Amino acid sequence: MSNKVVHALYDDDDVLLSAVKSIRSEKHHIEEVYTPFPVHGLDKALGLEDTRIAIMAFIYGCIGLSVAVAMINFIMIEDWPQNIGGKPSFSYLENMPAFVPIMFEMTVFFAAHLMVITFYMRSKLWPFKKAENPNPLTTDDKFLVEIELHDNEKALTALLEKSGAIDVSIIEKPE
Amino acid sequence: MYTFPNKLRNLAIAFMVIGFLGLAYGFITAPSTVEEAKEMLASSHGDGHGESHAGVPAANHADESAHATSESHEAASEEHATSDHAAGHNEEHDASHDEHVFHQLSNKPWAALYVAAFFFFMISLGVLAFYGIQRAAQAGWSPVLYRVMEGITGYLLPGGIIVIVILALSGMHLNHLFIWMDPEVVAHDKLIAGKTGFLNLPFFLARAIFFLTGWSLYRYFSRKFSLAQDEASDISNHIKNFRISAGFLVFYIVTESIMSWDWVMSIDPHWFSTLFGWYVFASMFVSGITAIALITIYLKSKGYLEFVNDSHIHDLGKFMFGISVFWTYLWFSQFMLIWYSNIPEEVTYFMTRIEDYNLPFFGMVVMNFIFPLLILMNSDYKRINYFIVMAGIVIILGHYMDVFNMIMPSAVGDQWFIGVAEIGGFLFFLGLFIFVVFKELTKAPLLAKGDPYMGESERFHY
Repeated sequence: MSNKVVHALYDDDDVLLSAVKSIRSEKHHIEEVYTPFPVHGLDKALGLEDTRIAIMAFIYGCIGLSVAVAMINFIMIEDWPQNIGGKPSFSYLENMPAFVPIMFEMTVFFAAHLMVITFYMRSKLWPFKKAENPNPLTTDDKFLVEIELHDNEKALTALLEKSGAIDVSIIEKPE
Repeated sequence: MYTFPNKLRNLAIAFMVIGFLGLAYGFITAPSTVEEAKEMLASSHGDGHGESHAGVPAANHADESAHATSESHEAASEEHATSDHAAGHNEEHDASHDEHVFHQLSNKPWAALYVAAFFFFMISLGVLAFYGIQRAAQAGWSPVLYRVMEGITGYLLPGGIIVIVILALSGMHLNHLFIWMDPEVVAHDKLIAGKTGFLNLPFFLARAIFFLTGWSLYRYFSRKFSLAQDEASDISNHIKNFRISAGFLVFYIVTESIMSWDWVMSIDPHWFSTLFGWYVFASMFVSGITAIALITIYLKSKGYLEFVNDSHIHDLGKFMFGISVFWTYLWFSQFMLIWYSNIPEEVTYFMTRIEDYNLPFFGMVVMNFIFPLLILMNSDYKRINYFIVMAGIVIILGHYMDVFNMIMPSAVGDQWFIGVAEIGGFLFFLGLFIFVVFKELTKAPLLAKGDPYMGESERFHY
């Protein structure tokens, strides 16, 4: 199987969006799109599955809430019982209003940080990783669409040029 | 053009008739003498009531000094207040206690009327603020909903006049909702006497009329420019609307805050909270947005508003979700600081609510926070009308309970009940609200077609 791909460069996000739609309607397989910023609606145009990070965020939030409850219960009630607000009841429930800010903050903290870590893992990103970006222009103001090639060079190139690409090149991908 | 369907008109009128009968029943069965009140209490509560009641800090009437001591007793030790204090004072307290209960029972139908009148007025004021924000922010998504919002704010003037009439009737001593209006009480109460510079009847009513005039003027001109923009060839009306909306928002946030002190917080004139204006604002804002969503979905289900798509509903759902959380934030902020500091004159407010209003007080948090939080959290659910309607009805009822909890404890103490008068009051104003709002909707096309952002709004999708 050939590992040739086509790189089509665009200079406008609206043109890119309509190009992606026309490429997909011609049944070509888009490997990846590199953009300098998130393009609104691109995920839908590419037919990507909905992200499931929201579900993970909910679970992470619940974990954070439980950690906060366990932590405060240990610190403020069990290990060193505290007289909170002049109400020495030494009960978690009766002192709960004082703990709500901590419970809230820990929920947010866990949800936010674990979501970012999850996102990095799913995107296969880690420190000192070499950039996969094939063209540095996409970190500036250009958009790049990478399409698999299956002996349909001419038709595809014509289609891409028609769709408004400013540059179409065929790349031999190193294994 | 939209025509008011007969079925809905009849429903609104039926609500008003049933509600009116309920309110009338409430007023007729309210006791007119202390003896009647005593009898009613004896038949409904039996004995043991006096004991549980003596320590209740329901801020009302002339026994303020005795009341203040019972409060601090209670803060120090609840046990002490109910057993020792009540037993010692039962004999001499009986007469003043009976009169106290009489006032609470005769306040009951008035309070039921006032809670419902204020609640539905508050919805239209909240929508007016939302509308003003959309105009001032030159929002691109919401112009398709402008006519629905303008329809709801049509209730502002009639609703506001009813509230002010009830306030004026209180000022004429037809009820004891506002104890500071009674010169007899003020003469024996140093704290209220110190506030008479602000809390006096002429200034109070003048403020109320000034606020309502200001809001109604904005509503009148904004509606006028909005209708004129439909036929205009340039966008001068739109720009005028933008300018007056920005001005209105400044006027609104100041007057809304003072209005909430006047109309709600002054029912309990010893207590104060600096957060109260924001708290009432959050309540009216979320009920207003919910009303927009419910009426939009209703009209859409009848085949109108074909230009409203589920992205608009999604955005309204986001607002319902977000402002519900915002409301909870304010509710909790107000509660936690007072709970933490535990200062007797402040904490009495929440003690009354937690002891005598436990179910409505915490039930309201479930309805206004936990239910919408869990139902509306999922992005897809915000696009499904069924979920928005379900969450919306719970939010509307929850914020009725919120107003109930703000007004009832100081007006009727532990004599509260959601009975014929309360449900009647709610139904009466619901009927009136539907009648006025849908009447207003028939007066103009449902699409504000001249708005320069209309194209963006119609194409809006998320």
